[in-house]
Amino acid sequence: MAMDAPAGTFSASEMMTVVAARALRNRDVCFVGIGAPSAACNLARLTHAPEITLIYESGTIGARPTVLPLSIGDGELCETALTTVSVPEMFRYWLQGGRITVGFLSGAQMDRHANLNTTVVGEYRKPKVRLPGGGGAPEIASSCQEIFITIPMSRRSFVEHLPFVTSLGHGSGPGSRAALGLTTQGPTRVMTDLCVLEPDPDSCELVVTSLHPGVTQEAARAACGWPLRFSPSLAVTAAPTAQELQVLRDLQARSAAAHQEAS
Amino acid sequence: MADFCSLAEAVAANVRDGDCVAMEGFTHLIPFAAAHEVLRQGRRHLTLVRMTPDLIYDQLIGMGVADRLVFSWGGNPGVGSLHRLRDAVENDWPQPLQLEEHSHAAMANAYEAGAANMPFAAFRGYIGVDLPKVNPRIRSIECPFTGERLAAVPAIRPDVTIIHAQRADRAGNVLLDGIVGVQKQAVLAAKRAIVTVEETVDELAAPGLNCVVLPAWTVTAIAVVPGGAYPSYAQGYYRRANSFYTQWDEISRDRDRFRAWMQEQVLERGPEVFRAYSPRAR
Repeated sequence: MAMDAPAGTFSASEMMTVVAARALRNRDVCFVGIGAPSAACNLARLTHAPEITLIYESGTIGARPTVLPLSIGDGELCETALTTVSVPEMFRYWLQGGRITVGFLSGAQMDRHANLNTTVVGEYRKPKVRLPGGGGAPEIASSCQEIFITIPMSRRSFVEHLPFVTSLGHGSGPGSRAALGLTTQGPTRVMTDLCVLEPDPDSCELVVTSLHPGVTQEAARAACGWPLRFSPSLAVTAAPTAQELQVLRDLQARSAAAHQEAS
Repeated sequence: MADFCSLAEAVAANVRDGDCVAMEGFTHLIPFAAAHEVLRQGRRHLTLVRMTPDLIYDQLIGMGVADRLVFSWGGNPGVGSLHRLRDAVENDWPQPLQLEEHSHAAMANAYEAGAANMPFAAFRGYIGVDLPKVNPRIRSIECPFTGERLAAVPAIRPDVTIIHAQRADRAGNVLLDGIVGVQKQAVLAAKRAIVTVEETVDELAAPGLNCVVLPAWTVTAIAVVPGGAYPSYAQGYYRRANSFYTQWDEISRDRDRFRAWMQEQVLERGPEVFRAYSPRAR
């Protein structure tokens, strides 16, 4: 079988990681969030974007990990990086300095304008669920040239109203970012386990531009907390290739084994 | 000038009830042994400052040591929630915990301002987000040259900063390298600094000329505690115990199980147990 031939079976989660990886370019300087973004970014590096610069907020610039880090500060990142800087330098010179082309984020909840919540569900002072908080995300979302988001789709995560805006997407719609003095693009693409969404150029509302193989419009609508719209030029996402799946599965198997080993 | 002493002496002399304490280390070099000593000595009413509370503050918060937490990301990295932190915030268990919540950029800037003896830090941040609405210590300032509105946060000035480092020479100069986080800033911002180290050496033998070296006169006390960063790691000495971070999810989920674990593994033990985690020291 040719390496770029469509693969056999794959999970929705694998599809999400593969389509997220494809969004990255070889020349990108990418600020990598932990979890799903890290898998996508390293899959990109191990397939079509070997020269991509991966930056983790722990200070590692140009990390080339052989296994996915469990935390954003694993020794693996430092050992394989071009250089490692202090955390204040990372946020001041590299992020605020405007050196990052893509920030790759995830979140617990997102609204139709790609604002993200990772802080609380319920009231801030008396939350129903206390989530980890923003970490690097508030400034990643405003300082990177553009933002990619990867997040599994469900009515719990795709909500009509966010209880808390941890990081800014397109605010309340057109002109929101510019009114705050921002010149960066904000979220340009959202990769889920069911589809790819992009902000409509006029309304800044996320619309589905591509459905993953086998996913119906009805299924995508059912997993979304707002009335979901679809692009007139709606496409079907190309299934993961055999090579993409192989590289991803190898990476995840290596990582799982590494995270189980005793210190 | 840095005094070499036991960890118990270092904590007894430098950490007081009600202190503002920063224990830093960004995934790497987290000073777990020192935190456990603070627990054993029964300190109370602390303000705990740390960008990523991690397991180290989950343990302290769950044992009721802290009245207040200043932080920017409170999860178990790659695993999930910090259950003791959540229980304190959601249910006031074992006692209420006041939060001062920031972003990473804000805390990194605030430590740097503290080290630079500035009253506050200005940076381009918190744009279009909700944290400034719930944290009155996030304010803004107009640039006197361009008129741009910038975020402003007060400098972090801990009473005591506690870090773990790879080694110290016999004069008390301290070296750390690898992911160096905000430790240099946190030490220089503090009134007192305790450093635990993997070992003391005749020569620091810096692997490069630009790794972080803290002169002995910036450090108050040094205690040699091999393995003292476990289950985090010390680059060049031992690796991160990722499996323990995963196990902590189960240990910490239940209040009784957590308390039993802390009693058995922390309160009834001493810093010498960390030696087992450092292959070089065994």
